Amino acid sequence: MPELFYSHAVRDALREEMARDPRVFLMGEDISYGSAFGVTKGLVEEFGTERVRNTPVSEEVIVGAGIGAALLGCRPVVEIMFMDFILLALDQLLNHGAKYHFMYGDQARVPLVVRTPAGARRGYGPTHSQSLDSILLTLPGVKVAVPATPADAKGLLKTAIRDDNPVVFIENKTLYGRRGDVPEGEHLVPFGRARIAREGSNATVVATGQMVEDALAAAQALAGDGIEIEVVDPRTLRPLDMPAILESVQKTAHLVIAEEGHRTGGVGAEIAARVSEEAFYYLDGPIRRVAARDIPIPCSEPLERYVIPGAADIIKAVKETLNAST
Amino acid sequence: MMPTTPTIRDPALAAKLYRSMVLIREFEQALDQLFASGAIRGTAHFCVGQEATAVGVSAALQAGDYVISYHRGHGHFIAQGGDPARIMAELFGKATGYSGGRGGSQHVSSFEHGFLGSNGITGGGIPVGTGAALALKLQRRNGVVAVFFGDGAANQGAFHESLNLGSLWKLPVVYLCENNLYSMFTHLRESTSVGHIADRAAAYGMPGQIVDGNDLVEVFNAARQAVQRARDGQGPSLIECKTYRMLGHSKSDKRAYRTREEEASWQAHDPITLFRKRMLDERILTPESLTAIEGEVDRQVEQAVRFARESPFPPARGLEESVYA
Ligand SMILES: Cc1ncc(C[n+]2csc(CCOP(=O)(O)OP(=O)(O)O)c2C)c(N)n1
Ligand SMILES: [Mg+2]
Repeated sequence: MPELFYSHAVRDALREEMARDPRVFLMGEDISYGSAFGVTKGLVEEFGTERVRNTPVSEEVIVGAGIGAALLGCRPVVEIMFMDFILLALDQLLNHGAKYHFMYGDQARVPLVVRTPAGARRGYGPTHSQSLDSILLTLPGVKVAVPATPADAKGLLKTAIRDDNPVVFIENKTLYGRRGDVPEGEHLVPFGRARIAREGSNATVVATGQMVEDALAAAQALAGDGIEIEVVDPRTLRPLDMPAILESVQKTAHLVIAEEGHRTGGVGAEIAARVSEEAFYYLDGPIRRVAARDIPIPCSEPLERYVIPGAADIIKAVKETLNAST
Repeated sequence: MMPTTPTIRDPALAAKLYRSMVLIREFEQALDQLFASGAIRGTAHFCVGQEATAVGVSAALQAGDYVISYHRGHGHFIAQGGDPARIMAELFGKATGYSGGRGGSQHVSSFEHGFLGSNGITGGGIPVGTGAALALKLQRRNGVVAVFFGDGAANQGAFHESLNLGSLWKLPVVYLCENNLYSMFTHLRESTSVGHIADRAAAYGMPGQIVDGNDLVEVFNAARQAVQRARDGQGPSLIECKTYRMLGHSKSDKRAYRTREEEASWQAHDPITLFRKRMLDERILTPESLTAIEGEVDRQVEQAVRFARESPFPPARGLEESVYA
C-alpha cells in the first residue's frame, strides 16, 4: 500500500471519480491552481477547464449552482476555500439543497459534494480557523464526513461523490501534510461506520478530525499510567455510527468526546446526549467533552492554544471521568 | 490620463502624503521579510504597489469620516494615521497590538483613527461600511464612509446588495474598488463578467469612475469629488482604482499564475516613483526633503519592529471576558 499525504489522497479520490464518471466536475475559487492548500493541483491539466472550473469569489452561487447542476444529473464537487466561508452559502445549502429531496420527492436528488478545509492551529485568526461541523448537524438533509486519515480521506470522498445526497466533506488543514497508507483503486469507505483507531478497556474517547491524532497521543501518554483508552473515530457525523460508540461505552463505562469545534451545541453535546439517553446505566463516570472554548479563535499563538483543545485536555478529561467513578 | 493641473501644490501636504506612501511600502517590505524568516506565524496580505489608493483616499477625508477595509488592509490603516508599531505588534500576536493579538493581520481596527477595521471575509466589509454610513446619516453627523474592497469582492452578493441599498437610501458612502487584476491566483477576465468594475455602478444608479490607482493625485481628486457628493446628500459613488499588487497574494505565493513581464510593466508605473518624480518635476518638493523623509521612515519601521518584538504576549486567562461587551 503506498504512503500518501492526506491532501494527495483527496486528489486521488477526485481524479479516480472524475475518470470513472463523466458527470463529476469540480468548481471553486482558484481550484485549477490548487486553491489555498494545493489539493486540486494538476487536475485541470488532466481534465480540462470544462470539468475543473474556476469560479469568482461567490460562495453562495458556488454551492447554489452546484445544487442546480446536481438536480439535472451532474455530480458536482465544489470547494469552499475555508470552512468559515460556508456561512455565506448556508441558505443555498440548508434551505435548498438539504430539503429538495424531502419537498419534491424522488424526482429531486442532489448528489453534491462540498469539500472544505477546517481547523485552527495555524494562527489564521477568527475568520479562517473555525470548525463548523455542528452547524451542519443541527438541520437535517446534509451528510457530513470528517476524515482523519489519508485512507479515510480517499475512501470517504469516493463514497461521498457516489452518494445521491448533499455531503459536506470536511478536510482538516493540519492533516493535509500527514502521511498514511492508502489502498489503491476501488477503496470505498462506507458512511456511518466508525473506525476503532485504538483499542482499550478503561475509557472511550470519541474523537473527530484532527482530534483523533491528539487522542492517540493522549492514549500513549495514558498507557504509561496504566490507563488504556479506546479511540473511536466516527468518520461521518451524519450518519453517525451510534452502535459502535455504544458498544465501546458498554465496554469501558467512561466516555470523553473530543472535537475542535466550539463546545456549546457542538458535536460532543449531541453524542453525549445520545449516550446518556441510550447507555446511561452503563456509565461509571460523567461524560466529559473536550472542545474549543466558547471564544472566537484568536491569532496569537498562546491565545489560540488556550482556545483550541489538544492532547493534554483529553488526558485531563479521561482522568476526571475515571477519578469521579472511584 | 494625466490631469493637466496638479491639485497638490502645498509642499506640507505633498510631504505628508509621500511620507505616508513610503511608510506603507517599508512596513510591508519589512513584514514580508519577517514572514520569510519565520518571525511571524499565520499569514498576511501585502499592499506593495497599491499605496496610492489608500493614501489618496485618506487625504480626501476629514475628521469624523471613516474607512473600512478588507484583508489587504495595512495600508488603509497606516494612511488613516494608525501607529505602525501597534499594527506590527498585532502581527506578532502581542498584547500591544490594536486587537491585543486576537485579530492578527486581517482583523485590526482603531475607531479613533476613523478606521473601522480590516476583515478576512472577502466582501464582508461592504455591507458593514454601508451600515456605518446609515448611522452617520441617521445621526446627522455629516461624515462619510470610504469602503475599500478588491476586484474579487465585487463578485460577492454582498457587494451588489450594498450598492443597491446605499444608492436607494442615498447614504454618505464612497465605494472604492482596488482592482489589482487578480483575486488570489485568478485573473479578472476569468472571474468577472465586465472588464471594468466601475461599469456596475450604472446598475445601481450611481456614478462610476475609473482612475489610475497608481497616480496619487488622480485618486485624491476623484475621491474628493465623490466624498463631497456623499457629504452633500447626493448618495454613493463607485470608484475603480486600477492598480497592481507587486508581491504575491499572501506570504509564500510564488506568482506562477502571472508573468515577470507583466510585473515589470507595472513596476515601471510604481505609485511612489511616479509621485516622487512629479513632485520634483513640479518643484513642489526638493530631493533633500524626500531623502529626509525616507530616512525618517526607515527609522520608524525599525522602531516598529523592535517594539513588536519586545512587547509581551497577551495573557490567555480571562479571554472569555473579551467576547461580550
Ligand atoms: C468569503 C471569502 N471567500 C474567499 C476568501 C479567500 N480569499 C481571500 S482573499 C481572496 C481574493 C480576493 O480578491 P480581491 O477582492 O481582488 O482582493 P485582493 O486580494 O486582490 O486584494 C480570496 C478568494 C475569503 N477570505 N473570504
Ligand atoms: Mg484583487
